[in-house]
Amino acid sequence: MSEDEHKVEYTTVSIPKPLADKVKERMKGTGFSSVSSYVTYVLRQVLSSIESEEKSTQAFTKDEEDKVKQRLRDLGYID
Amino acid sequence: MIQPHGKNLINKELPKMEKDKILGEIDEYFKIEVNAQITKVIKNIAFGVFSPLEGFMDSNNYHYVLKDMYLENNVAWPFPIVLDATEAEIHEFGVDDSIILICETGQPLATMNISDIYNFDKKEFAQIVYGTLDKNHPGVESVYSMKEKLIGGEIFLLNEPAPIFPKLDLKPMETRVLFKQKKWDKVVAFQTRNPPHLGHEYIQKAGLTYVDGLFINPVIGKKKVGDFKDEVIIESYQALINEYFPKDRVVLSTFETEMRYAGPKEAIFHAIARKNYGCDHIIIGRDHAGVGDYYGPYDAHDIFDKFPDLGIEPIKFRSFSKCSKCDAVVNDKICPHPPEMQNYFAGRDIRAALLAGKPPDTEVMRPEVAEVILRYENPFVE
Repeated sequence: MSEDEHKVEYTTVSIPKPLADKVKERMKGTGFSSVSSYVTYVLRQVLSSIESEEKSTQAFTKDEEDKVKQRLRDLGYID
Repeated sequence: MIQPHGKNLINKELPKMEKDKILGEIDEYFKIEVNAQITKVIKNIAFGVFSPLEGFMDSNNYHYVLKDMYLENNVAWPFPIVLDATEAEIHEFGVDDSIILICETGQPLATMNISDIYNFDKKEFAQIVYGTLDKNHPGVESVYSMKEKLIGGEIFLLNEPAPIFPKLDLKPMETRVLFKQKKWDKVVAFQTRNPPHLGHEYIQKAGLTYVDGLFINPVIGKKKVGDFKDEVIIESYQALINEYFPKDRVVLSTFETEMRYAGPKEAIFHAIARKNYGCDHIIIGRDHAGVGDYYGPYDAHDIFDKFPDLGIEPIKFRSFSKCSKCDAVVNDKICPHPPEMQNYFAGRDIRAALLAGKPPDTEVMRPEVAEVILRYENPFVE
């Protein structure tokens, strides 16, 4: 496989032009180099905030938790 | 409690039946011997310290991470976690094969399902991760000494490598249960590779003031010559906690990993690992994980601004010092007095005192901590 085939992939998302203009305005002096990098940052922030409100899909079973507690007792971390 | 990075805590332990089957047929597998650093990586992947990683990166993730500091699945990750192999080794297997990774003593550690075998550019790797090609940088030197190829794929643990400090070896699942048991909802992590001086104690206690618990998590593993030995760090922290911390507010546990000295990127890596342990804050000091003058003193603070979705929050400390006028440990935000009134806990001065067999000034280091260090004829890595 050539090195070129490993390039990070991007896709195009359309947003209304006035919104893009507003983003360009807001970007001034922020260090963001393009509307795309600004939008990527904002989307990551929004998604992270939504996901952090969701409950973790993973919980320990009672049996797992009891085993862990016993080990923590053996190590002296809990009484 | 904070979710693991990427939402799920990874566990790559094999059920006993499958493990026994593989171990019974072990002669049929091709084996690659891995060094002590990779052994630690395997353990960290297997027990979820490196969640969401489930193995060594394939070329797609390698390039995504180098380019963007995000994995292909859009989870933040600062630098590649890779396994190198020689040309001769990769002639013995191909994509979709399973191989066995063994440690230096010959013990089988894990199976690895090979999903990719690829070339990489050492200069590109070193330049992007460490920001330099200078071979005096320990991270760069270690990239240049890697084998020619990289292999990617999921791993499954066969045997857990023996911990260096068995009584302090907690896995993320265990710390999460421990924090829950202690009713700690908010936990601040403190990363360290040094015995504590009063400045460290100050920022640990400042961080702890605003949360429920403090997780002191020294890095144990390969370090550069002149760093403190692992046992010195551990024993000095035990002495400090015994005398100066409320026991129900502090947990000391080891993080077995090599120091890469990747400065800001390593600060992100340290934060992700501590998030997986269940911490929602991490203390980031001046020149975190830096070496020499390769990074700016606050690069490791600024990099967090690029990750709005990291989850774990950095508590950023700039310089801290003992001010003779305030007669207290202070930082540059809270003390108006000039530098000539400040003792900056210079590592050079602390080392000089210790090398001369003398305890550092009690304004700099607790006598109990100094006593532990001075018990060692040579407390430094040779």
